This record gives sequence, structure tokens and C-alpha cells, in this order.
Amino acid sequence: MNTKKKQGSRNTGVYVFFAIGSIVMIFPFVWMFLTSFKTVAESMQIPPDILPHQWALDSFKDALASLPFGALYKNTILLIVWRVICAVAFSSMAGYAFAKLKFKGKNLLFGVVLVQMMLPSQIFIIPQYQMLAKLGLTNSIFALVFPGLVSAFGTFFLRQAYMGIPDEISEAAYLDGCNQWQTFVKVMVPLTTSSMAALAVFTAVFAYGDLMWPLIANTDLKMMTLSSGLATLRGQFSTNFPVLMAGSLLAMIPMVVLYLFFQKQFIEGVAMTGGK
Amino acid sequence: MASLSLKHIFKEYPNGFKAVNDFNLEIADKEFIIFVGPSGCGKSTTLRMVAGLEDISSGEFRIDGELMNDVESKDRDIAMVFQSYALYPHMTVYDNMAFGLKLKKTPKEEIERKVREAAKILDLDLLLDRKPKALSGGQRQRVAMGRAIVRNPKVFLMDEPLSNLDAKLRVQMRTEIAKLHERLGATIIYVTHDQTEAMTLGTRIVVMKGGVIQQVDTPQNLYNAPCNLFVAGFIGSPQMNFLNAVCQAEGERVTLKVGEYGIELPKEKAKKLIDGGYKDKEVILGIRPEDVSEAGGGRVGAQVKATVNVYELLGAEVYLYCELCGNSMTARVSSSTTAKTGDTREFVLDVEKIHVFDKETELAITN
Repeated sequence: MNTKKKQGSRNTGVYVFFAIGSIVMIFPFVWMFLTSFKTVAESMQIPPDILPHQWALDSFKDALASLPFGALYKNTILLIVWRVICAVAFSSMAGYAFAKLKFKGKNLLFGVVLVQMMLPSQIFIIPQYQMLAKLGLTNSIFALVFPGLVSAFGTFFLRQAYMGIPDEISEAAYLDGCNQWQTFVKVMVPLTTSSMAALAVFTAVFAYGDLMWPLIANTDLKMMTLSSGLATLRGQFSTNFPVLMAGSLLAMIPMVVLYLFFQKQFIEGVAMTGGK
Repeated sequence: MASLSLKHIFKEYPNGFKAVNDFNLEIADKEFIIFVGPSGCGKSTTLRMVAGLEDISSGEFRIDGELMNDVESKDRDIAMVFQSYALYPHMTVYDNMAFGLKLKKTPKEEIERKVREAAKILDLDLLLDRKPKALSGGQRQRVAMGRAIVRNPKVFLMDEPLSNLDAKLRVQMRTEIAKLHERLGATIIYVTHDQTEAMTLGTRIVVMKGGVIQQVDTPQNLYNAPCNLFVAGFIGSPQMNFLNAVCQAEGERVTLKVGEYGIELPKEKAKKLIDGGYKDKEVILGIRPEDVSEAGGGRVGAQVKATVNVYELLGAEVYLYCELCGNSMTARVSSSTTAKTGDTREFVLDVEKIHVFDKETELAITN
């Protein structure tokens, strides 16, 4: 009886702990939601009111008027789609090569990949911008996608997935009559689909949240992504927070839809990549 | 089916390690060849070179007279059954078996017929829609065999295919493989470290050690006339007894002195020792546990007294692990024995079955 009581109070403690954690995590989102319905004065008020006095949709109207949301959605979706396709395809091929093929300098090349992964991406921004500028490709979808065409992390991640597949499987495929490409496509790729899905989700989330590169590469508002477009709503001296929050809510729609469809892969991706 | 020829095959890794050293073997059509030896002896490496999964450092490997050294695995017309089965986890049993045929662009009806036929032989008819993860070890093993059979290759390679199975299933599958060989009339190379599998399945056995062939012969000849100490010790369970002895000769009579006992050899064996110049030299006397019996059973031979250290009952028979003049000796006797641990008993060694080995070269003198 005593043990049951102890167990019960311990469980309550755990629930309270997790409830506090959940509130802390969800609070910024709730605050953003509530602020988007407030007036500017309400949003700046100290002490702040939690709920808006009137549930006004003016901020949403202003946000939609200030930004070309159609173009931003299109650009963001294209950015995500192309980065996911390219990152998964190229990382898959490179990962397979590093995991299963024998060639000279393999370890050295993989070392280069690891170094690229360890270096902060900001280091590459200037040379990448210079390359695009010289080619006259800034303010284009290609400019947005370009730095994410190959992913060092993806290569590393999928290499690990391929390494987990016993060599006998690919050897059996060779003996069954597969060439290298057939072994990769017909046998190896189907065995790493869950890892690929995880990488796709991870890449999509990263591409969606990427701010610095889209801000630098595309300065034309119509070629911006949701994140860089929203950044233009912040003024140098003052910011209209309700409009910014309303815009942010609208910008969240693609990710929410993506999450609803790929909830399982999202969770797996976070678990497999250790990302957040 | 096909004949294979391996001439002066070497496998040397970049770090200088020689896994296979001057391997020479001619394999006739429909032969069931067993590569046997301890771990790291090069048997799997040789098999993988035959499969084309490892490059041959030097030497010539031919199938039906055609040089295969630089031919890709897929073009060698070889099927392999792996120790881990290596089934494609994302495919059903049917697709696993049909995969090779689909790649060859075999007509659908023919694929269907061949797969169903092989499934029937291997008793897999009801499992064709299952994925490998839903199968037991024995069933997976049969699917791996089926995958090899449907392709009707020139050569079957099997790399320890039974080692992941439990003892009972292993015996059952061993019989299945023997039946399959008879039915298909296939050329098979089978790698194992289990000498029971080697003895029961092989038409010829290749015993390997340290990348070098020790002996190639039929199971019976390997058992009766091992060419050296290693083969004598490796083939047979429990292994052959090795006793330190001194060769004493008087005219045509040769006696092997083991401690205080003199064991007189039959004329044929005696002559080989005299001709080899072993008089007064130290040699190793080898005798199998089944050729050592308890005295009083009517068996004729050299009598010795040994102390029983361990008594091991196996049901139908008993292994007596004894000490004879500082040497360990095992006797395989009937379960009706009254011997117990600590007893000193008289044993009879069948002198006709004695093997004598050179102590330095470890080569057999009398075989």
C-alpha cells in the first residue's frame, strides 16, 4: 500500500515536471498567436495583458498587404523541395560510395566531408555569394537552393545507414546479377528509406528556417523566402509586433501541414539525427 | 554444371598478409567439395575469390577452361549461400527467389514456374508471400538455398550455411543439402569449420591451415590416412590421441616405446619407419579414441595401463579421458563400462590403426 502511494506521488512529480516543460516550450507559440490579434498599443503594454481586448484580424490584413505571401510560399516550397531532393539524392549516392565502395583516397575524401560538417556554414557564405554574383544568378531560385545541393551532414548520416547493412546483402545482389547501380537502386536504397525520410525532414526543417543565406542571396522581395520576407517586417527603430506575429503565423502553415503529413518521420528524424 | 580449376592461387592483402598461399585444386563436374579448417585458414577467402567478391592476387582461376580472374561476379554464373543468408529484407520470399531471374529478364511465366518448383522442393510453398523477418532461421536458410537453385547456376558456393542454425536443425538441413546435391547434380563448394559436415557431405575435402592446403582427399582417406599431424588432429571427434614415443628397432621388428610400454608395430608400418631412418628417434604415435578399447573385450593389440581422469557419458558411448605415462589419451568405449574417474585400467591399442608422425616435420610416416 505504502509502495503504491510512493509510486503515485513520484508519478505526480514527474507529470508536474513535464507539464512545466511543455508550458515553457509552448508559451512562445501561444504568445505569438495572441499577439497577432492585439493592437500595437496592446502588444507593447506593460504589464502585458494575456488576451487581446478585441480579437482583431487587422494585423493579418496588414501582413498580407505588406508581403507578397504567394511568392514567398512558392519560393519557400521550391527551396524546400529542391534542397530535399538534392540533399537526399546526392547524400545517398555519396554515403553509399563511402560506406560500400572500395576506392583510393576514400578515407581522405570522407575526412574532407567531416571537416566541411565541422566548419560553421557562415565561412562559406562570401565565396558562395561571389560565385553566384559572378554567374549573375543572384535573385533566383537556384541561388536559394545552391548551398544546399549537397549536404555533408546528409552524406555522413546516410553513410552510417549504409554501413549498418551487412556487406553480404550487396554481395548477394552482385551474384544475382546486379551491377553497381542496380545494387544501389534495387537493394540498398529500399533498405535505407527510413533514414532518407529522416534526412528529408531534417533538411526541410533546416531549409524552412534558413534566414541568413536567403537574405543575402535574394534581395528582391518577390524572390525571398518566408523567413527572409518576414525579416523585412522588422524595422530598424520600431517593429509592428502584431503584424510580425500574424505574418509568422501565416508563414508557419507549410511546416504545420508538413508535420501533419509526416509526423512519424519528424519524430524519427529528430531521434535519428539528434537534432531539434 | 561445370568443372573448376584453381592454379597457384595467392591472396595477399595490401598490408602484406597472405590469406591464401599457392592454392591448387581441380574440381570435377558435379563434385561436392568441402573447404574445411580452423578460423582464419583462408577457406572463406578462397571461396570469395571463386565468387569474384575478392580479387585474386596471382594465379589462374578457370570455369570450364575459361579464365575467370577478371570476370565480374554477375557474369560467372555462380550462386552463393551466405552464412547470414543475406536475404533482401524488403522483398518477399517469392521476390527474393525471383530477383536474379528478373534481372536476367526471364519471362514472367518461367520465373513463376521456377520459383514455385524450387519452393516445392524446399517446402516453402506456403511462405512465398512472407518477408524474411517473419521466417525462422531454418526457413530463411531454405529461402537462401532456393534463391540459388532457381538460377540454375554452373557452381553453387556455400559459406558455412548451417552455422547459424541450432544443432537439431543443422542435422536436418545437412541431410537436405545432401539430397539436393544428388537431385541437382550440381558442382558445389562448401565452406565449413565443422568436420562432421565435411565428412558427411563432401565427395572430397580440402583441409586448410594458414592459407595452405594440407590435404585434399575423400572423407574416408582423410580419416584413415591423414598426411600430417594437423589433418590427423582436425578430422575426427574426439580428436586423435598423440603420444610421445621412441622408435626402437631390432632387425625387422619395430617397437614404439611409450613410457614403460613397448608397442610393436605391424610389418608394413615397421618397414616404413626403418626405411625412413627413424631408429632410436623420437616420433609421435597417433591413435584414434575408437581404436583404444578396454582390455578383456576380446580385442587384440598392445596393452597399456592408464588412469581415468574424466568420465564423460554420451548415452550410447562413453569417453574416458586418461593419462598414459605423461600423455593424455582418450578412449571411446561402450556405455556398459564400469570404469570411473580415478580408476587405473588396462586398455588395448589396435596396432593396425596406429599412425606414426615425424616429430619435427609433423608429416605422417606410416600413411
